[in-house]
Amino acid sequence: MLITRKAGFSASHCTARPDWSAERNAEVYGESANPHGHGHNYELEVTLSGEPDPVTGMVMDLKELKGILNEEVVHPFDHRHLNHEVPPFDRVVPTTENVAREIWRRLARRFQDGPPGVRLHNVRLWETADVYVDYGGEDER
Amino acid sequence: MRLTRRYRFAASHRLHAPSLSEEANRELYGKCNNPYGHGHDFILEVRVRGRVDARTGLVVDQGALDALVRRSVLDSFHMKDLNTQVEAFAREVPTSENVAKEARRRLSGAWRETFGENGAELDAVRILETSKNEFEA
Repeated sequence: MLITRKAGFSASHCTARPDWSAERNAEVYGESANPHGHGHNYELEVTLSGEPDPVTGMVMDLKELKGILNEEVVHPFDHRHLNHEVPPFDRVVPTTENVAREIWRRLARRFQDGPPGVRLHNVRLWETADVYVDYGGEDER
Repeated sequence: MRLTRRYRFAASHRLHAPSLSEEANRELYGKCNNPYGHGHDFILEVRVRGRVDARTGLVVDQGALDALVRRSVLDSFHMKDLNTQVEAFAREVPTSENVAKEARRRLSGAWRETFGENGAELDAVRILETSKNEFEA
């Protein structure tokens, strides 16, 4: 069974490589390369897989999941400038893809020793209402 | 990594299968068989799958994707009557299933020349006809 919990954070970022010229960055990232940054209301959907516990009927206590999402993502990311305040985005360009991958890595660490039988299945990150990425850890293997 | 981009187009259609009788069409398609047609604000989702480029952090060039979708699909579908103004729907009923298939055909046809042999793959094309109906091709 799959269960999904949503969370959100608002953050600013700039997608540009410091080792590239302004022209090259504008060519690859368009308006998002503005060096002063810009922001989004990110929406996160975290999906877990597992079977409901025979006693509680729950795959995982959602209060506990909410706590993990707050600790690993919402508190460190919300109302922050990702490039300046949230490692590794001082060195890694915070594209939607890379932000989703970082969220996966933070959550995957917590689920290594999480409730038995519960696995992190997918991280969906909406950057705007018109673009989102799905990441299931495929690049980590 | 999969990246999904949403686009919108407003279009009219009429669901009517020429091989069926008028009565059978009315029964099968109900309101959607109205001879004058009706319309929707369709949402087109294009899902791309690939590896994240280590230098750019991107799975696909979104500017190139937007331009391809505009050129291949939106320019022909937006503010159009699908039955009479899109050639494929002179032969096929423009159900959202077939609209999704036609959009996928058009994108597939130009995909490799846009993104190259080693570029991201086209993973899925979805049509959200209303907030209640979704179709994936």
